[in-house]
Amino acid sequence: MLNLEGVTVYYGGALALENVSLSVEEETLTAIIGPNGAGKTTLLRSIIGLKKIHKGSIWFAGKRIDGLSTREIVKMGVSLCPERRRILPEMTVLENLEMGAYLRKTKGEVREDLKKVFDLFPVLEERKGQLAGTLSGGEQQMLAIGRALMSRPKLLMLDEPSLGLSPIMRSVVFKKIDEIRMEGVTILLVEQDAYSALKIADKGLVLENGRIVQESSGESLLKDENVRRAYLGI
Amino acid sequence: MALLEVKGLTKRFKGLIAVKNVSFTVDEGECVGIIGPNGAGKTTIFNLITGFLKPENGAVFLKGEDITNLKPYEIVNRGIARTFQLICPFPNMSVMENVLVPLYGKRKKLEGNLEEKGSEILKLVGLSHQKDKLARNLPHGDLKKLEIARALATEPEILLLDEPFAGLSFDEMAVLMEVIKKLHKSGLTIVIVEHVMRVIMNLSERVIVISEGEKIAEGKPKEVVQDKKVIEAYLGVSTIA
Repeated sequence: MLNLEGVTVYYGGALALENVSLSVEEETLTAIIGPNGAGKTTLLRSIIGLKKIHKGSIWFAGKRIDGLSTREIVKMGVSLCPERRRILPEMTVLENLEMGAYLRKTKGEVREDLKKVFDLFPVLEERKGQLAGTLSGGEQQMLAIGRALMSRPKLLMLDEPSLGLSPIMRSVVFKKIDEIRMEGVTILLVEQDAYSALKIADKGLVLENGRIVQESSGESLLKDENVRRAYLGI
Repeated sequence: MALLEVKGLTKRFKGLIAVKNVSFTVDEGECVGIIGPNGAGKTTIFNLITGFLKPENGAVFLKGEDITNLKPYEIVNRGIARTFQLICPFPNMSVMENVLVPLYGKRKKLEGNLEEKGSEILKLVGLSHQKDKLARNLPHGDLKKLEIARALATEPEILLLDEPFAGLSFDEMAVLMEVIKKLHKSGLTIVIVEHVMRVIMNLSERVIVISEGEKIAEGKPKEVVQDKKVIEAYLGVSTIA
């Protein structure tokens, strides 16, 4: 469904991604783990067209998408829940969620999805009329995930969705991500909580210094000695 | 006398009661953890202590003095410093310059030169090797340390840390944990809001649990995580370490 071929990206003079090739199969969950600064966020931003790539190509559903605008890529069915939330603080919770569905025409479906998001995060329904900037940090994180879901993506990319969430919400979110995958959405997940991510992943990639250094099933990465030491602390 | 005392704090945001009659004390040299569900009011409590918000009811005392109605900068000068969830260093300044800004505010009281003091602080948090780098080029783990360094540069007696471990990799967490332990050992009083339970269990001597604006439990970390109310509202599972 998603293919990256030899993608190289620079930030200023610094090499952020070097010759990255990967493929994400339909209806699977791929987890990307790696230290901070490895290029995980850059990878997601490149896919959705927020960062220009300097070499290589990116393909989604058989079409080349590098060079397309973010708007066009979102319209094709890709969505991103960005790091650091990036919610719209001066809009209400409901308006933020509606913005997530901005490119969709079918009102009935949007309403359905809104209900789904409220089922997932009841606190968002309680606070739907409140300005998003007045939510707590963790609640803003929930809103960012909800907003990403509102575009009903075929490929959902989540950048550290568990950041700032309580232990109980963290397990709710991981369970929900697993469920969303079961419903047929393809997921690309970037997480510091490598254990939780690999546990639900079909495939795991380890990104270090802008390069993919390991690629395997989620399960076998969980068992891998190096991964355990570096990313799981066990 | 407690170093910090929070007495019957209440804060409303329009209809919502964000903090409801919360009281607790922090003794000198303690490391106290605050945990609780998202939206429970933890950051609001920090905002009330540091003067970013004013409570409707209740008061904050530092060494017995009422500081409730002081401005944030006055409270910093009295010795309470804090960090923020979303770190915001000056991106186009070097690491050293970022620390010199708060130090400059202390220039009249400080002996010796500011850069020397800055170097000391950077050494303490383990950022000496990055001192000339622009803040925007730092990896995330180092940015979190810089956020703490900037707070330390105000020479606080109490340091309030708001989710310092969020977004850190396992390795970075281990490093930051050592930094905070070191600060605590040097005599600094610390209050830490954090969701990473491993950190809370490891660092705090006492834990306060806030849920829906109210204090629902308080005690040793090991006791608190066995508390039924805490498991229900926050942890979800009983066994965590």
